[in-house]
Amino acid sequence: MSTNYAAPAELGKTQGVAIGVGLLGIIGWIIGAVTSHDAKTTFFQTYLVAYVFWIGISLGCLGLLMVQYLGGGGWGLIIRRQLESASSTLWMMAVLFVPIVLGIHSLYHWSHPISPDEKEPVRKLLEHKAVWLNSSGFTIRAVIYFAIWIGLMFLLRKWSAAQDTTPEPNEAQSWVQKAQNWSGPGFLIYGMAVTFAAIDWVMSLDAEWFSTIFGLLTIAGQGVLSIAFLIWICVILSKHEPMAHVLKPKHFHDLGKLQLALVMVWSYFSFSQLLIIWSGNLPEEIPWYLRRFEGPWRPMGIALLVLHFVLPFLLLLSRDLKKNGRRLVMVASLLIVMRLVDLIWVIVPQFDQMASHGGEVHHSGPAQLAVYVAATLGLGGLWLGWFFWQLRQRPLIPFNDPQLAEATAAGGGH
Amino acid sequence: MTKQEEKGIYGLMAEFDDPSAVVAAAKLTRGAGYTRINAYSPYPVEELWEAIGFHKNAVSKVVFVCGLLGALGGLGLQIWTSSIDYPLNVGGRPLISWPAFIPITFECTILLAAFGAFFGNIIMNRLPQPYHPVFNVPSFSRATSDRFFLCVKADDPKFNYGNTRSFLEGLGAKEVTDVES
Repeated sequence: MSTNYAAPAELGKTQGVAIGVGLLGIIGWIIGAVTSHDAKTTFFQTYLVAYVFWIGISLGCLGLLMVQYLGGGGWGLIIRRQLESASSTLWMMAVLFVPIVLGIHSLYHWSHPISPDEKEPVRKLLEHKAVWLNSSGFTIRAVIYFAIWIGLMFLLRKWSAAQDTTPEPNEAQSWVQKAQNWSGPGFLIYGMAVTFAAIDWVMSLDAEWFSTIFGLLTIAGQGVLSIAFLIWICVILSKHEPMAHVLKPKHFHDLGKLQLALVMVWSYFSFSQLLIIWSGNLPEEIPWYLRRFEGPWRPMGIALLVLHFVLPFLLLLSRDLKKNGRRLVMVASLLIVMRLVDLIWVIVPQFDQMASHGGEVHHSGPAQLAVYVAATLGLGGLWLGWFFWQLRQRPLIPFNDPQLAEATAAGGGH
Repeated sequence: MTKQEEKGIYGLMAEFDDPSAVVAAAKLTRGAGYTRINAYSPYPVEELWEAIGFHKNAVSKVVFVCGLLGALGGLGLQIWTSSIDYPLNVGGRPLISWPAFIPITFECTILLAAFGAFFGNIIMNRLPQPYHPVFNVPSFSRATSDRFFLCVKADDPKFNYGNTRSFLEGLGAKEVTDVES
């Protein structure tokens, strides 16, 4: 039975295209970095954006893998292998974290000794935060985060693989039960680790700034990106057997509904952060937004409001659009692009501030922003190469799962 | 003319045991050219409303328009009260401080959309309906527990008492009953 759900050969072609685009991205990335005024800094800064983007799918898919075990339902069963393959990239992402540790001084202001001419309140704040924000702590914590994520991913994948060799329904169900039991506490620990990682890797770029909702906002953003990615993969899979007869409008409808829900959650968290900081109007919080409301960042912020919330929200209200994979994937593609725009909008103004010394405010131009896009494409080649390699290893459906018949039936349960 | 047509019946009701049987029957009935059909089930069966050719109703549009009115009304109310009718200076902020207005705008959107869904549903489904001809079918009370019904109305252009009755019986219905109007 397992052979019925073997990955189609065409997936190899898609993998090839992804790696090819990735290579072009790497070439653009190298050219962009070498021609910039400071190749080393440009490399590490663009690398951080690309890394945070792609690990967003790895982590978002790990979270969704636990959510679908906890919630049950056909929608989770038909994307379980995609989720497992996407979260398996954490092995690679753990190794790829090394450049961030090496480039820590090009990225994080707090990694330098506190300058004696720093003004008094800022100086005190940095000294106070140094207990958490220091190079060795940063590295040790990253090791802990990866140990948690990889541990969860490893166990969930192991039990899912064990299920493939147990055709007896009760025994097959026991593996799902085991995964479900671990997913509850697992999701809690995962959420904490993502929150702290978001604080370490992104929020601490501005060591003076803080936002208590930042971790949840990061998880919501990763959720939007992961669902958009899954819609994209499911549309590719639905063009070929065996998934062509498995994936039905109701599955796209479910993914579309999740996409809508996550777009709303992301918008809600984003706006909550803005509203609280705007209302407080405090000198240690508000500059973060002021920096993003000026120069090229202003139109980018408006684009986020319109294209990351208003337009996808209105489009995803339509039931017909959600049921039609080909049209749904267009909204998903827009959201994938907007996730990158959001990351650039959150991260890059901080690098601009590091580059602006003494009065003159530096703003990244289109050529500099293009290097970030090239870096994301470049790292994407590696990430997608690994993802498709993993996806092609195993049957595309957990075929021994007792819920399979219900999940793939023409109608009925979700 | 048969006796039933003289009486003027509402239609013919076929009774089924399980959802897949009623869906299959509904598809065949539609396929046979009947258009004035309706189905009754104890819980929502998603393919059933597709099978009887019931695509959409206007409730979703009513909800959308109500939500939009709620958003504009909520925002408008705040702008009018705090910057036009009685301009309020709060901590030196602009009179139209839109971020502060969003939560109330959001709540008003939800409130009016919920009203639209609730009342729109009741009014457009013509509820409450204390009497309906299908209630005359003795076993119809089981439509709320474990039976599925398919009704072909007598005003269907293709309706012919004898033919329609034998057609429905041929679909594997447990029982076909006349629905008195």
